[in-house]
Amino acid sequence: MLVFTLRRLSLFIFTMLLLTLLSFSLNFLFPGETIINLTGAINATPSQLTELNEAYQTHRNIFWQYITYLGHIVNGDLGLSMASQSDIRAEITNLLPATIELSLVALLIAMLVGVPLGFIAAIKHNKLTDNLILSVSMLGYSVPVFWLGLLAILTFSINLGWFPSAGQISLLFEIESVTGIQFIDILLSDSPYKWQAFSDATAHIILPACVIAVAPATIFIRLARTSMIEVLDTSYIRAASAKGLTFQQIIFRHAIRNALIKIIRHVGLQFANLVTIAMVTEVIFSWPGIGRWLIESIYQRDYTAIESGLLVLSCFIFIVHILTDFIFAALNPLARGNKHGTG
Amino acid sequence: MKGVLLMNYIKLMIVSLLSLLLSACNEEGKLSLSERSVIYCAEGSPETFNPQLVTSGTTIDATSNQLYDKLISYQGDGSSLSPALAKSWHVTHEGKKVTFYLRKDVVFHHTGYFTPSRLLNADDVIFSFKRVLDTEHPYHFVSGGNYPFFKNSALSDLIYDIEKINDYTVRFHLTHADNSFLANLAADFSIILSAEYAEQLTKKKTQSDIDTHPIGTGPFKLKEYRVGSLIRFYRHLQYWQKPAYIEQLVFDITPSNTGRLTKLLAKECDVVAYPIAHEKITERDDLSLEEVTALNVGYLGFNTDKAPFDNKLVRRAISYAINKKTLLEAVYQGKAEVANSLLPKTSWAFDESIPKQTFNPVLAKRLLTLAGHSEGFTMDLWIMPVQKLYNPNAMTMAKLIQNDLKRVGITVNIISYEGNSFLQQLKRGEHQSFLFGWSADTPDPDNFFRPILSCSATKTGTNTTFWCNQEYDAIIKKALQTTNINQRKKYYAQAMAILTQEAPLIPIAHSKRYQARGNNVIGDILTPFGAINFSQVSKLNLTKKKKLEPHLPQRIETNIINTGVN
Repeated sequence: MLVFTLRRLSLFIFTMLLLTLLSFSLNFLFPGETIINLTGAINATPSQLTELNEAYQTHRNIFWQYITYLGHIVNGDLGLSMASQSDIRAEITNLLPATIELSLVALLIAMLVGVPLGFIAAIKHNKLTDNLILSVSMLGYSVPVFWLGLLAILTFSINLGWFPSAGQISLLFEIESVTGIQFIDILLSDSPYKWQAFSDATAHIILPACVIAVAPATIFIRLARTSMIEVLDTSYIRAASAKGLTFQQIIFRHAIRNALIKIIRHVGLQFANLVTIAMVTEVIFSWPGIGRWLIESIYQRDYTAIESGLLVLSCFIFIVHILTDFIFAALNPLARGNKHGTG
Repeated sequence: MKGVLLMNYIKLMIVSLLSLLLSACNEEGKLSLSERSVIYCAEGSPETFNPQLVTSGTTIDATSNQLYDKLISYQGDGSSLSPALAKSWHVTHEGKKVTFYLRKDVVFHHTGYFTPSRLLNADDVIFSFKRVLDTEHPYHFVSGGNYPFFKNSALSDLIYDIEKINDYTVRFHLTHADNSFLANLAADFSIILSAEYAEQLTKKKTQSDIDTHPIGTGPFKLKEYRVGSLIRFYRHLQYWQKPAYIEQLVFDITPSNTGRLTKLLAKECDVVAYPIAHEKITERDDLSLEEVTALNVGYLGFNTDKAPFDNKLVRRAISYAINKKTLLEAVYQGKAEVANSLLPKTSWAFDESIPKQTFNPVLAKRLLTLAGHSEGFTMDLWIMPVQKLYNPNAMTMAKLIQNDLKRVGITVNIISYEGNSFLQQLKRGEHQSFLFGWSADTPDPDNFFRPILSCSATKTGTNTTFWCNQEYDAIIKKALQTTNINQRKKYYAQAMAILTQEAPLIPIAHSKRYQARGNNVIGDILTPFGAINFSQVSKLNLTKKKKLEPHLPQRIETNIINTGVN
């Protein structure tokens, strides 16, 4: 397990180095002055600029500049937003939890819906149910998310009035931000309207989370289906069947657990895809997350924000990726011993 | 076995989550927070929380009637005034001295950043006005020192002193008698600030907080403002009138028109400013659409200093050649009334006898021939392509006018200017004709006649027609000196008759202001003049519940009607 952990850690460090190298080079590639792209200090006076140049060591060679840049990032200094002149780190710490919350709920929905459906399809392999589930998943995968989002608002918010169309929670509730994760903050708060706030926040998250979940869910259907078919084809299942276990016993006791392990390996990969979808969905549902903020920054040509936002978001995705690897390894002893890790 | 356990676990989770949701909905049968609060979807963020500093409608809507009170306020249609912070007043010395007697029970907001130690008194009134009028006042230049309403209405020239008689009596000394003075004091801009709060800020050296962290006497106090996102108000429980019914008022700032519509349809907003898609709203049973003809006028003005518009025959010819009905349909989409003169119907001085302007190209052609322009001519029409309440689409309007005038032989060149350069060039008189408009700050008719067309306004730059008529000026001056309302009405009718004859500008439309709300929200919000007001607003369930509870002690006499709600 130690070797496994070390290997993941080194992978993480090298990937992060590459990512920072990329974001560092963006400063030179974006139009405008490098130091201003780097710090976002568009209104800086000449004396402040000299200070900034000193802080970022711009007179030295590019390697040292990169090292100082890394130092600033490690210390959490991401510069100022060019558009609003506010501290980017503060903005990101405000917004990232909302995105994490939304993505995790979406991931949960995608797994809870996708995996069982995939299993059912595999059990009913090549029958009508299988074909039906496969065609629906194909359809779900092909639908563009912005269209689906608008359609969901039109149907469920405007026509049926079941769910709200925008925001994280009704503006009436004042929830103090402690962890940034809304649901936890609500439970921690001492508002007399705690439970109203909780149900309101739940109603707000359902629609965007479901819209995000559609595409990953279809992928989980296919993954679950394939891995279940594989498992059902193995010799130990056949042996169990020969022992006289009922079909239900075989599925619940043996097949599901083994099939699930194979799926978990792909969760990390799917998460990147899911966050991309979440960014678009955040815009449609006015969700106060980092995706919407990043897209707005792109509109406003806020280079400092784009750079730091990308860095933080990719870092977050990578961490989730590694976490799923760990979960996979914890559940599957075979993976731990695998000397030629698949990353 | 583990698989079965897992499934059971998931089932348990779902059941417990659902029961949690259900229990949340039926919590003790008491009114939920949303039943005690109102969410208003506003069209933009306020620039400041002090209406003295601005003229923008968005800011006034968010601040004036919510956070502050005035000395006096308008009653009904705006033709008469009612007491507010001043319980009575009287005018002496031929209208040159106006004395106000203040209420003794007015409490300022108690908030997280200020705790008042005393009630409202004369110092607060003097502070509020001196700050604006006295350029040497320590607070005058805090937040820029620009007070557009007071500058435009020439209050700083009119008031030469404000005297404190005793703690609850204040006297204004005027340079001359002016009937619009009281109306100006009742305008949304003439609010009363707290002098005690200002003192405290001076000590802390954070003077500019007076306009960003407001303290007033109004029905609501500011709880929280997130720029570009929301304004949260709490009810002011010690309000000197009956406290507001709703506990919380939230302005959800939604600049996108479709965003506001969606939030209305999805019931995320109780009340929505300037809604689009009116048919969609009216076809729903649970929503209603309200309108009020605002005190404004969109017009086509001429530079009467320049040929050929120095000839009133030409000006009148054009007034007959323009088909206002088409303009109203195409530009305002029916959201306006045809303007026959400067004043809209909602003004108390509106005169029914003013003849309706007809569309008559034949007559127009005849007048042009009479003026010696039988061959027609070419003219420049200046427009500002920015959406305004009085003219939502100046470009379309200009093109339609171009088309209409072509039929009588006049070629129109449309010249479009962006923002400020338009106003500056107009003031310099470089134009021939222009599309413009006026939104009144007070319901006093003088606010239309004087700034747009008087001789003195040609100098201050609000009269860009440069039309100066002594007879007209004399009439509007006389109208200000009499207190008899019928007499004033007669004077203004005479002034309007002169305008019809002279046609220095062609009034086109009075646009309406729209608002949509869910039917569970009751009480008036829109006022025909000035800012919205939430002090009388309630929710259906809230009032039902209220009736069961013992009534709160009535704090004011019933004959006082709150600011202009009708």
